[in-house]
Parts: sequence; C-alpha cells; structure tokens
Amino acid sequence: MSRHRVKNMSYDEEDYEDDGYDSQDPEEQEYLQQCTQEVLTQLQTGQPSIAATREEVQEALWHYYNDVDKSVNFLRSKRAKELQKKQSVPAAAPPKPKGQTVPEYYPIPPSSLSPHPAHFSAADFFRDSPWLNVPAHRKAEILVESLYPRLGLLGGAPEAAGKVSKLAALAAARKKKEGDKGASANTSTMSGFPSGQAPTSTSEPNVAPLSLRERLAANGKQQKRSDGLQSPRTLGKASHSGAGSVSLKVPSPEPQKLESLSDKPVDEEKTIAIDEGEIAQSAASNIRAPPSTFASTIVGDTTQPRMAEPSHLYSNTLDLMKIYGQDLAEPFDFTGPSPDDVVLNAQNSAKGMKSKQTAAKAAGDKKPQGDLATGMSNLNVGEKVNIKSKNLDVLSEYHKSNRKNAMNFAVIGHVDAGKSTLMGRLLADLKAIDPRTLDKYKREAEKIGKGSFALAWVLDQGSEERARGVTIDIAMNKFETDKTVFTIVDSPGHRDFVPNMIAGASQADFAVLVIDSGTGNFESGLKGQTKEHALLARSLGVQRVIVAVNKMDSVNWSKDRFEEIEQQISGFLTTAGFQAKKISFVPCSGISGDNVNRRSEDPNVSWYKGNTLVEELEKTEPYIHALDKPLRMTIGDVFRGSVQNPLSISGRIDAGSLQMGDQILTMPSGEKATIRSLEVDGEPSDWAVAGQNVVLNLVNIDPIHLRSGDVICRASAPIANITSFTAKVLAFDHLMPSMVDIHRGRLHMPGRISKMVATLDKSSGAVVKKRPKIVAPGNVARIVVEMDHAVPLEAPTRVVLRSGGETVAAGLLE
Amino acid sequence: MKLIKNKIERNGSGTVTLCPEEPEDMWHAYNLIRPGDILQARAIRRITSTQETGSTSTARVQLMLRIRVKNLDFDPQSSQLHVGGQIMNETDHTKIGQHHTLDLELNRNFTLEKETGSDGEGVGWDSIAIEMLKDAVDEGGKRRAEAVAVVMQEGLAHICFIGQFRTILKQKVEMSVPRKRHGGGDHDKGMSKFYQVTLDTLLRQMEFNTSSTSLSSTETVRPLLLASPGFVAAGFHKYIQSVASTTTPALKRLLPSIIVVHSASGYLHSLSEVLQSPAVKAVLADTKYARETKLMDDFMEQLRKETNKATYGPREVESAVDQGAVGPGGGVLIVSNRLFRSQDVAERKRWVSLVDRVRDVEGGEVRVLSSDHESGRRLDGLGGVAALLTFPIIEEDMDSD
Repeated sequence: MSRHRVKNMSYDEEDYEDDGYDSQDPEEQEYLQQCTQEVLTQLQTGQPSIAATREEVQEALWHYYNDVDKSVNFLRSKRAKELQKKQSVPAAAPPKPKGQTVPEYYPIPPSSLSPHPAHFSAADFFRDSPWLNVPAHRKAEILVESLYPRLGLLGGAPEAAGKVSKLAALAAARKKKEGDKGASANTSTMSGFPSGQAPTSTSEPNVAPLSLRERLAANGKQQKRSDGLQSPRTLGKASHSGAGSVSLKVPSPEPQKLESLSDKPVDEEKTIAIDEGEIAQSAASNIRAPPSTFASTIVGDTTQPRMAEPSHLYSNTLDLMKIYGQDLAEPFDFTGPSPDDVVLNAQNSAKGMKSKQTAAKAAGDKKPQGDLATGMSNLNVGEKVNIKSKNLDVLSEYHKSNRKNAMNFAVIGHVDAGKSTLMGRLLADLKAIDPRTLDKYKREAEKIGKGSFALAWVLDQGSEERARGVTIDIAMNKFETDKTVFTIVDSPGHRDFVPNMIAGASQADFAVLVIDSGTGNFESGLKGQTKEHALLARSLGVQRVIVAVNKMDSVNWSKDRFEEIEQQISGFLTTAGFQAKKISFVPCSGISGDNVNRRSEDPNVSWYKGNTLVEELEKTEPYIHALDKPLRMTIGDVFRGSVQNPLSISGRIDAGSLQMGDQILTMPSGEKATIRSLEVDGEPSDWAVAGQNVVLNLVNIDPIHLRSGDVICRASAPIANITSFTAKVLAFDHLMPSMVDIHRGRLHMPGRISKMVATLDKSSGAVVKKRPKIVAPGNVARIVVEMDHAVPLEAPTRVVLRSGGETVAAGLLE
Repeated sequence: MKLIKNKIERNGSGTVTLCPEEPEDMWHAYNLIRPGDILQARAIRRITSTQETGSTSTARVQLMLRIRVKNLDFDPQSSQLHVGGQIMNETDHTKIGQHHTLDLELNRNFTLEKETGSDGEGVGWDSIAIEMLKDAVDEGGKRRAEAVAVVMQEGLAHICFIGQFRTILKQKVEMSVPRKRHGGGDHDKGMSKFYQVTLDTLLRQMEFNTSSTSLSSTETVRPLLLASPGFVAAGFHKYIQSVASTTTPALKRLLPSIIVVHSASGYLHSLSEVLQSPAVKAVLADTKYARETKLMDDFMEQLRKETNKATYGPREVESAVDQGAVGPGGGVLIVSNRLFRSQDVAERKRWVSLVDRVRDVEGGEVRVLSSDHESGRRLDGLGGVAALLTFPIIEEDMDSD
C-alpha cells in the first residue's frame, strides 16, 4: 500500500495539471482494478448490501490508498448519509446521529490528518496568524483566482454535484471573519459590547470584494441556509461567519467574550435557533485555549469544523479531533470536501493551481466540469507555427494591383569610377534619402579625411567599405520617379569583388556603366573592369546600357573628351553584343550633380542637348518577367530580420510567384520552409511575383540549410541539383581543361572544365572543330563542367566561369 | 622514411625494408605498394578459439604476417594506409589464404617485395618505383619546408597543410555571414564570428599550444599563409593580432610567421596563385611544389600562345613522343603520379615505358607531379599527362575516339 502511495504522490507532483489516473502506470491500474472489484463484492455481500458505481469505488480507493476495508466503510457510510439527508432536509431538523451511519473508528480517515506534503507551504503555516491577516477587502484585488472551485479530498461524491460543502463555506466565511475581526478587534474589546459588533461585521463582507473563498462560500449559500438549520456549528477559533447566512459562534479564549457569544445569535435574523444543548456545548468546549500553531497546522484549524452538537462520539476521549478542539456538528458528511481538501483548496487557489483532485472528480462534478472544459480549452492555445495561406490568385492580384513599373539596374564600372558617389547623388537629388542623414555622412567622412566619399556612404554602409573607401558588396537602394520604381544595385568595381558584381548584375534589368572621364583613368578602366563588367553584364542577359561618362567636371566638360570616350566605348559595346540603339551616353558629374537629376548650368556643357541620367533611366522599357513559370529565386542574403522574424532571406524572384503561407523548398539542401510573411521592396505584402525584390520571413526551417546562393523553388516543380553540366560559352580568355569558379548570381562554387566538346561558329552555332585543345578568346565553345558538390542549376541558366581572378568564359547552360 | 634494408635484384625483383617516420611517408608507401606485391609487417589479429566445452574466447595476438596485396586504402586526412590481401605465411593462428588487412604504423618496419614473373606478371621495381623510393627515402632532410595555408573568402575558409609531396585539405570552414544591409551591423558581427571560428579551427589543426606557458617554447612554427580576395585575409590577420594582444598571448609566437597574400578566390585551387606570390616564394623557396607549379604555368603559357609546342592528353602525348618531339633541349614529359597508381598493371606499364623511353631513348626530361598537389590536380584535369615539345607539331584530328 505504501509503495503505491509513494508512486501516486510523485505523480501528483509531476503531473499536477493532469488527471492523475491517466498517468498511472499499468501496474497500478491493474491493482486498482483488483481492489475495485473487491470493494464492489464486499459492498454487495455485506449488510446491508449497497450498490456503488465503479467510479465511486475507485474514487474512494484512491483516497484510501487502495485500502479495501476503509473504502468499503466509507462507501457504506456515504450511502447512509445520503439516505439520512433525504429524510432530514425536508424536515429541516437537526439530524439524529445514527450508529450505523458513523464511521466506526474515525470520523475522518486518519490519513487525511496528515497534511499533503506537496501542498504544505509557509503561507499556509502562518495563515491564521493575526498579524498577517490583511482584511479581505484589502487584498481581494491581488488574489489569484483559481479557475474552478476545488473539491475536497474526500468530498465530491457524484451526488454532491454542484454543491460546495458546508465545510468549505464555513472555512471561507471564517477566514473572512478573521479579517473583519482584525479590523474591529480593538473596538470590540474596548467597548465591551462585542455583540453590537455583530451586525457590522456581518454586513461588511457584502461590501467587500469577494475573495475566492467567499465565492466558494457563496456557492453553497442556498444549501447552507437549510444545512445551517440542521447543523449549526461553532468554530474552533474566535470568529464567526460574516455571511449572515450562517451563524457561527465565536468562541474566544477570554471568558467575557464567551458571554457575549451566547447573546449573539439573537442579533441575527437568519440565525439558526441553536438549542440549549448546543450553546452549552459550545460554551463548554470553548473554555479551552485556542489551538497552537502547530495544532492548527496539523489539523488545518481554521477550516476544521467543530462539533456543535455532541455526537455519539463526543465522549470518545480518544478522538483526535476533539483533542485539537474540534467538534463535529454531526457525524462527518462525506459529501462535502474534507477539511484537508478545504485547506488544500485554499492553498491551491492562492497559488492559482488546478488540483489533481478537481480533475479526477470532474466526472462527478457538473459545475466544475463546465469550468474545467473552458479552462482546458483556454489551455489548449496552439503553439505550432501555422501560417494560413490566403490562397490568392497571385497573377490576377498582380494584374489588378496596377503598380508602377519596377526595374532593377546595376551600376557597373571600373573601381573608383564614382559609381557609388553617382548613385548617392542620384538618391540625394531625388530626395530618396533625407538631407540630415547626408549631412551626418558628410561630417563623418570629413572626420576621417574622406570628405569626397560622403555621397558614396549612402550606399557603402559597411564599416570596412567606409574605412577603405571601396565598395565591397552590392548595395540595394530604391527610389521612385513619376512612372517607375527603380532599384539601384550598386556593384563593387574592384576586381576582387567581381563575384559580388555578378550577383548584382544577375538581378538587373539594365545597367548603368559608369566611366571615369579623367585623363588616364578612362584608359586604365577600359583595360580593367570597365570591359570585364560590360562583358559580364551582357553575358548575364543585360541588353540595355546607359553609359554615364562621369567626372566630366575634371576634364572641364570637354566635348572632345566625351566624344572620344563615346566612340571607343560604343565600339567596344557593340562588339560585346549590345545593340547600338540600346546604348546611350550621358556626360555627368556625380560629385556636383550636373546632368544627373538636373541639367547642368555650366556654360561649358551647353553643347550637350541630350537627356539627364534620370530621364535616360525613365526611357527604359519595362522588362517582362516570367510570371507563370515555376518559382525560382536565388537567395541573396540570409539574415536575422527582427525579433519577430528571426530568419529572413532576401533576393529577387527570378521566375514565378509566391504568397504568404506558401511552402517552399530550398536547394541544394532540399529542406522545406514556410513563408510566414514577406516584404516587397520594403513594404509588407501578401504576395510577390517575378522581378520583385523580396524579403521572405521563414519559419519551420533551420538556418543552417540556407546559404546565400541557394535557390528557392516549389516542391511541385523543384530545381535539380547537378554535379556536371554542358554549356555553350563565350571564351573571354583561353579555355582549356582547368579548374574554374562557377558563378550564378550569388551562387558560386569550384569546378573544372572537364571536356571541351567543340568550338562553335559564333553566329550559326555550327560545330567548327571537335575536341579542341584550347579555345581562343572570343570564340564560342561547348564545354562540359564538373563540380565537386551538387548545386541547383538548370537550363537555360547563365553562368560565368572565372579562374585566377579573371573571367574566362560566360554562357548558357544547355 | 628510413631505408632499413635494400635487396633489389638487377632484374627488378627484390625486397626493401622501410620504416615510415612521419605521416607523409604513408603517402609514399601508398604510392610504392601496388596490388600483387608482397608486404610483410607486424599485425594484430583477433583470434577466436573454441574450447571443448563449446565456450569461445577471443584474444588479440601480435603476428608477423606476409600478405599478397589485393587493395590499398589510403586516408589522406589522417594519413593512414590500410593494405588488404591474402596471408602467405602460416603461423600458429592463421592459415595461408586467409584475408587480412594490415594497418601500417609509423615507426614500425615493413618489408615490401616486388616480383617480376617470367610471364610478365608483376612489374617489379621499375624506374618509377625506384624513383619514388628515392623520393621517399630523402635522407638529406631537405624537404622539411612545410607551410599551413588558409585560403579564405567571406564565410569560407580552407585550412590546408602544404607538404613536400602533397597538399592536405585539413578542414573547410563554412559559415553564413549576413551581407551588408541598411542599418544592420550583422555583417561585422558575422565576420568576427567567422574569424573566430576559423582561428579556433586553425589552431586545433596546427596543434598549436595556446597555453601561456608556451610563450617561451622554442618549438618552430610553420609559415602560415593567409590568402583571400579583397580584405578578408588582412582582416583575419588583424583579428589574430588583436586576439594575441588581448586574450591569448601565446599567439604572439605565431604572428611573425604569418604571410598575407592575395588570391583570386577562397577555393583551394587558388593555392597555386598563392604559392606563386613573391612573398611566399621567399619562404618556400625551391620546394618541389613551387617547381611543379612553375612547370604547369609554363605549360599553360605555351598552350595559350598557341605555338603548338605543348600538348596534353594520353594519345596526343604518345604521338608527340613517337614523332620525337619530346627530346633533348626543352622536351618535358609531365606525368601525374596518379597514372602509376593504376590498379591495372598494363596501364601502369604503358606509362612507365613511356617515361623510360623519353628519359633513356629520346633524351627528354620527365617530371612526375604529385596528384595531391594543386599543380598535379591541374594536370589531372588535362588527362594526367602533358608534354612540352622541342618543335611544334601539327596535330591531326583525333576524332576517332
């Protein structure tokens, strides 16, 4: 028995919020079944035969720790009690104790006397210490209310549904009374007319906010009135009920108080007529000193009922209850919660905890059950991240939306051509950044002696970029004109960062090629990245290019210089594959802003009649994106967006569309993720289509599966991971089987040219030579490239092959 | 590797007893031992015996086993060589014909026997094998030049050890570093995290003693090459300096041996560029690696110039040799040692005979490149064999295959 109990206890504590029975282990369950069966047999075979439900029996067994004899006793007495009550309630008469209805040995099972260790607390220990008793109305607001009235250890038999026991009510009332008494104690003792105190004290609680225990008491009020008649009680301590419905004696240790006590019932209208015997009894019993703290703790003093009426057991001097000053108004009625329960109840409600017993008894307790149900539903608030898709038809939404044209353009050119500064000027002049920020940049740039870099700092946000005065990574910034929303993709010009420039250019619809017109700088640029960038942009599918001939102020806006540059560059660009009509030239100065957004007023520029840079940008035809193709998006960046969005990715949608709640697949990891929310060009949106720059806030995926360069697609139309591909490439340098870096947007990985299939004719694509040993620059060849790791690539994707810091080839997957 | 005993007969058969002393010797052993050879080495074998009562007991016994090699398994990372084959000698515990895998151990002798059968079975100690043996038994101790290289780019670092004969990629560090964004300091944070992880990994791989007591230790530190495009390597160097001056003073020992160089990318094949940089050449002067890299660059240059004085690919090179183009005065046959590792005896014979022919008959130079170096890998990309020619040859179309 004890072994099982121990197990039960541990369950009590661990699964406090659960129904303890559910979590019992099979062994215990089996044992319980056995015991139940035994009890049932004993009940039936015993005299008189009693029928009891299985639940009831198990209930009892649980309380008696599977002690069969005690359970039988308990059930018998309970039946008898019910019977008795049925008779006595109509009569409203004090019940006559009957021998057979009384438990034979203890009015309360001894086990219930030992407080439940789990519920024992310091608060409880000092509960009746007067100096800690704040009046109820003062502490009502901070009391934590429990969700359900808690039922007692031995109380809640199914028949007692909805009722809260008298004992509970008493306990509550008494508690309140204590508070009252604390407040009025002085007056009552000084005046010497404590009886006059009674009406005030009884009325008070009605005004005060209801504490939990009062509520408990109120629950049982109706019943109590009648019950009170039949079983008036006095309490073990000097207090009496304030509810008015139940009159309680306030036996006090002082004799004079006792006298007043006997008068008191007279004041109360609804008070039960207490027969002489009772009064005498209470008087007699109250001669004792109040129970010690220890005793109160053990017995749960304040909530323990006292016998107001001598029971047949009263004379039993061995009665533990009596030793501790407890009187029973009647043989204990097990329909209510046991005194221990009341104590536990109070404690638990104070702790805001739900008791195990409540859950266990829910079946037999209708009202709490309702509470329980709502409580449980409150508890079952979903924790899983579940994003609802709005199931929009994204394409029709897109057509409805009537957005401005959106275009990305890459700013390319040799290092120090003034790309970032020119774009900073553009943004500043178009008021896309506020002047105060610009002033701040100016101050800071001057502080480190780089005043001329202030405009570039609009885009060069990185600390290293600013310290070195070099753009390292692409920067995105958007601005709007009347017709179009432009997104600048500012690329680094330094040769070491060409991979970043490739990432930028692959997101661009058209390009702005910035050229330093300064003497010598143009020439060195042409050999350097001006050429490489232009070729790369063309290879990556850019068709239109605006050539911004920058720093014209440094050559005094010389027309000759401009024309020289125009001639050389246009010659080069046409050979690179740009159509002549898609190339335009603008002489400008980023640092002064001439011909960027406003026409230059410099008289030296009077020869130029063409458009400014912004006008030239606006002339560009919008680009058509593959909206109805399967979703493809290259991740540009993986970052922590905010606290709400701990995992975000950014990039431009290459093809297809997506919306909030969509499940996506990342390649090459092959992991699934859900789009929690998304932003288009920095604005929250429900959907996005190809060509838009988006930030996706993802859930249900581990960040290690996401790297910049990975491809987002749908599980229904996934992109395949491949380790080798055939491509038709334009050689920029001599091609031979060798190690190369393969670039595709942000994605780059090592690989090698394993086979050179053929050189092709540039225009017709016919095979010129099979298996060439080497492919000369400018020729087109079909090659096979192998990689060490599988990467998401599919035809027709544009790839760039680099080796030793130079672009060796660029082409199209086949 | 120490040569303990050498009994190679004139006909190419014979035995050598060798004692590997350092991990790279295992790689030499891997190149020397071929399937079909006889290897004798100490072995630990678990013997299961059954008593009369039916109970079984197992015991580990040390044996000297001779096996006929069937296959080799080399783990380049940990430099462990496992040689599998059938036992040839009978002992108390083993029978002839049982299989056993010998794990060659450092500082334990092993004896390798190569046979030349009458019917051409087995290749014996051919010129390549003897050359390899000479390479392996380098008594002068000249090849101590070793370096640690970290080839990195944003979010990616390859830590590799450059030895005389091979480059071992010890570890790859890969991290997702947030890109620069408006108002985001994540990039800098991500970079310092990346530096930190790289440094921790590097020190672990170098088995660098970071305790403060090691400051006075006289243990030599290998040159540490930091290479990257852009400023990553410089940033890493700065990071090491700051760590050395704050938390880990022991790192100060490391600082003088750091060389920051430029590389085109963070991938391993950029290492060739790293090793060509003047700063590195000064430290690793005239290592085999540097010579090999130079050779490959020369070859590529010839190829690029389209002088027709360079060719690559097995058939092309063989035909060039047939035409006598790989002769004295500039003819160089470049062969990857991967070809000699071939499991196929005929394949190996083909290349050995080509090498012998160029060296002895044609009078050209032969260079065997280690396939575990970057230059060797470049050569492997070209089919494992290439040649610099003394005169240009017009190549005919090789459409046939």
